[in-house]
Amino acid sequence: MNIEIPNLTAFDEAALDRAFAQLELQAREAATALNGEAAVEAFRLQWLGRKQGLLNEVSGRWLKAAPVEAKKLLGVRFNALKAVVEALLDEALGAGPTDAALAREAIDITLPGTRRLAGAEHPITKTLNEITSVFAALGYSVGVGPEVETDYYNFECMNFPPGHPARDTQDTLVVANQDRRPQRDRLLLRTHTSPVQMRTMESQPPPVRIVIPGKVHRNDAADATHSPIFHQVEGLCVDSNITFSDLKGTLDYVMKALFGSAVKTRFFPSFFPFTEPSADVQISCIFCGGKGCRKCKNSGWIELLGCGMVDPAVFAFAAEKQPAYDPKKISGFAFGMGVERIAMMKYGVSEIGQFYAGDMRFLGQFV
Amino acid sequence: MKILTKWLRAYLPGLTADDGQLAEDLTLRGIAVEGVYDLGAGNGSLFEMDITTNRVDAMNHYGVAREAAAIYGLPLPELDFALPKARPGGKPFSVKIEAEEACGRFTARVLRDVTIADSRDWFAGAEVSTYFGLLEQKPISNAVDATNFCWLAMGQPTHVFDLDKIEGGIIVRRAKKGERLRTLDGLERVLDPEDLVVADHVKALGLAGVMGGWDTMITPETANVLVEAAWFDPVAVRRTARRHGLHTDASHRFERGADFNAAPVASALVSRILLASGGWVEGELVDVRVPAIEERTAHRPPVELALSEVRRILGATVDEEGITASTVEVVLKALGCTLAEKADLAKGEAAWRVTLPSWRLDLEREIDLIEEVARVYGYNRFQNTLPAFGEGVRALPWAEKESEIRRTLLAAGFHEAIASTFCSAAEAALTAPQPGLSVPLGNPLSEEAGVLRPSLAPGMLAMIAGNLHRDVSDVRLFELGTVFSGSTEKVDERPALAFGAVGSLPEQSALHPSRAVDFHDVKGVVEQVLARFQVQAVYFDRFPSEAGITPEWLHPYRAARVAVDGATVGWFGQLHPREAAARKLKEPVLVGELYLDRLYKLPLRRPAAREISRFQPVRRDFSLILDESTGWEKIDAAVAGLRIPELVEWRARELFRDAKLGAGEYSLLLGATFQAPDRTLREEELQSFQAQVVEAVGKVGARLRS
Repeated sequence: MNIEIPNLTAFDEAALDRAFAQLELQAREAATALNGEAAVEAFRLQWLGRKQGLLNEVSGRWLKAAPVEAKKLLGVRFNALKAVVEALLDEALGAGPTDAALAREAIDITLPGTRRLAGAEHPITKTLNEITSVFAALGYSVGVGPEVETDYYNFECMNFPPGHPARDTQDTLVVANQDRRPQRDRLLLRTHTSPVQMRTMESQPPPVRIVIPGKVHRNDAADATHSPIFHQVEGLCVDSNITFSDLKGTLDYVMKALFGSAVKTRFFPSFFPFTEPSADVQISCIFCGGKGCRKCKNSGWIELLGCGMVDPAVFAFAAEKQPAYDPKKISGFAFGMGVERIAMMKYGVSEIGQFYAGDMRFLGQFV
Repeated sequence: MKILTKWLRAYLPGLTADDGQLAEDLTLRGIAVEGVYDLGAGNGSLFEMDITTNRVDAMNHYGVAREAAAIYGLPLPELDFALPKARPGGKPFSVKIEAEEACGRFTARVLRDVTIADSRDWFAGAEVSTYFGLLEQKPISNAVDATNFCWLAMGQPTHVFDLDKIEGGIIVRRAKKGERLRTLDGLERVLDPEDLVVADHVKALGLAGVMGGWDTMITPETANVLVEAAWFDPVAVRRTARRHGLHTDASHRFERGADFNAAPVASALVSRILLASGGWVEGELVDVRVPAIEERTAHRPPVELALSEVRRILGATVDEEGITASTVEVVLKALGCTLAEKADLAKGEAAWRVTLPSWRLDLEREIDLIEEVARVYGYNRFQNTLPAFGEGVRALPWAEKESEIRRTLLAAGFHEAIASTFCSAAEAALTAPQPGLSVPLGNPLSEEAGVLRPSLAPGMLAMIAGNLHRDVSDVRLFELGTVFSGSTEKVDERPALAFGAVGSLPEQSALHPSRAVDFHDVKGVVEQVLARFQVQAVYFDRFPSEAGITPEWLHPYRAARVAVDGATVGWFGQLHPREAAARKLKEPVLVGELYLDRLYKLPLRRPAAREISRFQPVRRDFSLILDESTGWEKIDAAVAGLRIPELVEWRARELFRDAKLGAGEYSLLLGATFQAPDRTLREEELQSFQAQVVEAVGKVGARLRS
């Protein structure tokens, strides 16, 4: 539609109103006929184009020609018209391309989405992190120590007597050529993360609250539930008034945090060289809720960790470097759990060896 | 170990709990019943027990009965087996303990005119044959059955000799060098001078506390016997048993500490069973004791126990009054302790001097008694309380760094893996960053696992191969683990990161062609990891193959060293084709390792926001022709060297190689973006920038493609 901007001769309000009303009418008419993107763009150029647009022409010709006293009146009306045109344009743009145009752009939305491969955290890492964060909420820092330990830290200071079967090479992997060294200096692959208990106590006076996640090794034949490589989380809490009931309360809280608030715990007397009293902890079966099933051998209970009050003999070893570990003044508890066993339960893994095979199909399930 | 409830009830007539309840109550007190099997009407149950090694005293019927008596507060009659009056003999049988450090007590009883035959039932409604039948213990003869019965009843090993084959008397001594003994298992053994033997005046008769001898064995013709019940030292027995590769019921008990006072009772029990088939006792029991050993087993000094200490260690119970003096007294007395109140304690707090029973050598200290109180009282009768907070939680210095690295690899689509801690000596030699510093194991699981891994590469390669051999063709794995170096004297442990990739990029679909993962994909991951840290300079370099610096497991022309602020932090690239072939890997494998101990020395990069310019950026492309020897690094350095503040970004956009170019040349499209923070750039400025870029790259040999 060809639109001519007339020359304005009168600049009184009535004349201006008439002139602008005419233009607005023309703009509205033009806008109703817009069909398709190209037409909308043509409308935009015709009215709002920076150099040849009609509004540009209006401001150029009418505003220039207007006497000073009419310039303000004209400006108000000009802005109102511009707003109308812009609104018309917005409306036309909002209507967008026609359905037919869109139909030509159809795609097969039933094809599967293109997924970026997301990496999966290892289930053992996941489980370790879960356990350490539950303990972090109870004020436990994380402690770590070497995987190759001395006999002293792994056994002697943990109160294992000299002839204890665990010290035998049938149970423990040892570094070569240790026979000539004094027993306490002999190097071996730690069989538990307990040595870090002593290393921590040697480096700081009480109070201590640490959890110790780590890799440990035993000279075990591999089968579905045993591996020479596995992980433990061990914990230690020492302070001036730590009791057996604190040990019970702590582990009860942690088991509920890990396995759900419905889980119950029960404690059995047990025996470990480095704790006394010692206990094994069972939780009510997380599969059957305690009714009895194949997983809990119909007992309703699953044995999950070992624990106890720190043996005064262990404190005596710590006191050699930190005299504050006087068993008459402080007390504490320690506990340890197998991470693989917990991960196997949580995720339904049947073969412990799968954790160490690096099989993409296995690991991919933990994304 | 198997326990019959019928037998237990013979000791505890007042026991009212049924077998199921009894099993649970014992288990909750640490005398674990693993299985309960009903033996039919009137026979009670068979308990399959799992008793911890510190409680050898409870690995027999009387011992379990003692625990049940303590739990239920029942009286337990003492074991006492009256024998018929002895006929006087001549001179008492001669017993001499030469090895006084290893044998604390030796009792000998002479029985004459015995009949070696099937066992006769004799014991107040609890017959040998009944119990043996229920236990499926094969009866052999009264002499053997008697010692077995004594073992099952009270856990005291005993031995019966054919008296007529003993020459002179008994001597308990160390073996002589080269001395020989045929043991009951029929083996002729050469003894070690350290072995403890029971001997007569001429020869060794048996390995003390381990196994009897063949020559003095009971036979159907035996008429006169000597019954031995003794106390042997745990270490002496353990060493003797181990030297001869023997583990018997007797050695099991002696190794863990037998009851010094049990010998006469056991001797009487064995004698009673034998005498049921005839015969008579000659003379009194010969009982030789070593006072020093008696002192430290049967007559140990009392242990002091304070109620306040019991409560300090054990804490709150579900019963409001907590552990009381009366609880302590009842429990410990039931277990065989004698308690004397200690008067001199302030504040009227209860305290005792506790005399320990001879059968509980595991009890030595106050804490041992506290454990007994808690155990018998019941662990589950303690409250669940939480201790007060101690102090703030401290993170490990590298914890956040490790988790940032893990996150970066996960986001790049790599799965986390955990590989073996061990590798073969050959793999260690191939992959060790410092050759010759690998650490072998003394008792490896296998030859392939003979060495502590000096690098994560062997494990990574094994896992990649495992996947490919299982037809999983797209592999993307990483491991965060410990590597080992040093010597068998001193082992260093360092954290490391390994990553491996093979196959195509994961985002393949019907809509996009797939593409094989390549060196630069992995380099991108390395760059992303390094970008987590605050570093001055990162560069990647390649060494000529003759320099011998590139690790032998990497392709010398498709591998890079990673250097951060001048230090090598790792290597990555394509697996050397020779190594790939050795592992039967046909596709190119990309693999690398970063030494995290070096990276962890750097702080993490803390993001800082900059003003984003609201002025139009302008992009200019430069089509360059370069000699093949001129790598991107030179172009990059030349552009960076201009230090034009408005040159905000530049990169290689495309590479072409075609025949129209000169020999040994390639074309590179360099894209540069100019933007000022405070103004729109003018055309003249842009022209000048462009000219500077062209001049700079020209100095390193690039010319503009016309």
